[in-house]
Amino acid sequence: MAYDTFTILKSTAVPLPIENVDTDQIIPARFLKATKREGFGDNLFRDWRYNADNTPKTDFVLNNSIYSGKILVGGKNFGSGSSREHAAWAIYDYGFRCVISSFFADIFKNNALNIGILPVTVSAEFLDKIFKSIEANATAEFEVNLVEQTVSIIATGEKESFVINGYKKHNMINGFDDIDYLQSMKEEIKSFVATTAY
Amino acid sequence: MSHIPTTLFDKVWDAHVVRKIEDGPDVLFIDRHFIHEVTSPVAFLGLQTRGISVMFPERTFATADHNTPTLNQHLPVEDPLSANQLKALEENTAKYGISHWGLNNPKNGIVHVVGPENGITLPGMTIVCGDSHTSTHGAFGAIAFGIGTSEVEMVLSSQCIMQPKPKKMRITINGKLGKGVVPKDVPLFILSQISASGATGYFIEFAGEVFENMSMEGRMTVCNLSIEMGARGGMIAPDETTYNYLKGREKSPKEEAWNQSLAYWQTLKTDAGAVFDAELSFHANEIEPQITYGTNPGLGTGISKNIPLANAVKDGEASYKKSLAYMGFAENEKLIGKQVDYVFLGSCTNGRIEDFRAFATIVKGRKKADNITAWLVPGSHIVEAQIKEEGILDILTEAGFSLRQPGCSACLAMNDDKIPAGKYAVSTSNRNFEGRQGPGARTLLASPLVAAAAAVTGVITDPRDLL
Repeated sequence: MAYDTFTILKSTAVPLPIENVDTDQIIPARFLKATKREGFGDNLFRDWRYNADNTPKTDFVLNNSIYSGKILVGGKNFGSGSSREHAAWAIYDYGFRCVISSFFADIFKNNALNIGILPVTVSAEFLDKIFKSIEANATAEFEVNLVEQTVSIIATGEKESFVINGYKKHNMINGFDDIDYLQSMKEEIKSFVATTAY
Repeated sequence: MSHIPTTLFDKVWDAHVVRKIEDGPDVLFIDRHFIHEVTSPVAFLGLQTRGISVMFPERTFATADHNTPTLNQHLPVEDPLSANQLKALEENTAKYGISHWGLNNPKNGIVHVVGPENGITLPGMTIVCGDSHTSTHGAFGAIAFGIGTSEVEMVLSSQCIMQPKPKKMRITINGKLGKGVVPKDVPLFILSQISASGATGYFIEFAGEVFENMSMEGRMTVCNLSIEMGARGGMIAPDETTYNYLKGREKSPKEEAWNQSLAYWQTLKTDAGAVFDAELSFHANEIEPQITYGTNPGLGTGISKNIPLANAVKDGEASYKKSLAYMGFAENEKLIGKQVDYVFLGSCTNGRIEDFRAFATIVKGRKKADNITAWLVPGSHIVEAQIKEEGILDILTEAGFSLRQPGCSACLAMNDDKIPAGKYAVSTSNRNFEGRQGPGARTLLASPLVAAAAAVTGVITDPRDLL
């Protein structure tokens, strides 16, 4: 099931300068009862976004209309905790295609890449610059260039490179996924089974 | 043959690499795959959409646990969404011929409890499940870790996943744990030292006397919490304790196969001189009973200590302050004596028989405090039966407690077991995130002994005072 292709994304960004944003905050467990992957965006950051009576919390960034865009910028250790891919689905379903942070939890990073969201790891200093430029101008634009592996602050021209392995990069640029790749290896897997201890 | 000293992790990982992709992940073969009702339905839907099937159905094991009720399990599940997920699991497993221990099956229970107790988990295996606490199975010297639903679909359709090989960390703790210090305190202590992201990018091997002298159940508690350190997983080399635990379990190898397995298992250890990317060491005498005060498992401390000052915490000050505000705590406050409302004993971290035995040692001859609501949830029907057989249920009942039925329960509060907003829960589970145990709930993670001490006194209490 090929997903969106990703080459260059130019967009404004939504800032979430909080560390250790865990997947229970991204999508609380009580919303994991669906058997389809669509629709989770409505409950993205549910308990930070809404009061117990379902009225919006006005001080939360997703409820502030001056912020929008396809890039979510989070603090260090983004996506920690539960392996729920629902967290990545919720971010995607809400409309984000890229998350920038100085540090991602491993499982979240894999999940994001597997569904076509690009996780971009930048230095703590560059992350701070991104937050500051959004603070100065909520409609500041950023360019995430997967081909060149760079992220730029358009207003200042400041740029930083990011790392992604060649295989995943190729997949994202072309909209390929791992399941297709593994399906093409089935004979090799069958031969491998004969060599395993279990 | 190469004589380069090799780590346990490398031995197991390298034996499972089907293909190395240049500038990409390894294609890793998976020996055992556990699934449950919450993270599998979309994977099965994916198979259907692509028109592909399950490659090795005998390598996947299903159990229902995440959103099952823990009372009246004989009745139909009331919540229609939960009932729908349970039905989907039943139908999907039947369609592809996958073993399914659903609600009311005598083998049912939490996935990370039933795997080991039935001998499905064995040393040297690669094990995955759409659940981050799959790291639990590392206690057997297996490489076990949580995966997302796309990866569940990969394992179903090809028995492989694509993984970059993590770096290796060894955490060594020598010495003897003191009175009232139990396995749960060890990873909580490590977390308080290295933070909730201190091992991100690594796979941990736990080594040293503390782990060598620990029971299998204790080792499972330790490896369970390795994910909370940010690690991909954690493992402990198998030894006599491991073999003794496995011998005679339902799906453990038998007779000649047992001898062959044993010979293989005995090779599963880190060679002297093998190199890790990171090494940490602590001493057992640094560890007292632990409790968390914040909203990630790294924000914990010794129970006799005050809440640390902001500048002593590795998390940023903003996160630390947000955390204390949510918990209703202040910097440098004393934890002992704070009022508790709920006590939760259970989960894949502490829902095994030894946890119930530990809890019973403190409540025996005492009474549940009036202000406490206690939810005691065994990890499986097998654990539940043991609690009854060993007379632990009588001790609990005499002290004013009752037992619920197996499931994940208040650990993630997907079912009705939700801690109310603003209430304080001493919980033996694994996560104290905001709202984890119910919207607005305030979780303090601790051992079964600390939970029992709170349950009988109504406040945070050092269990050493009651032993």
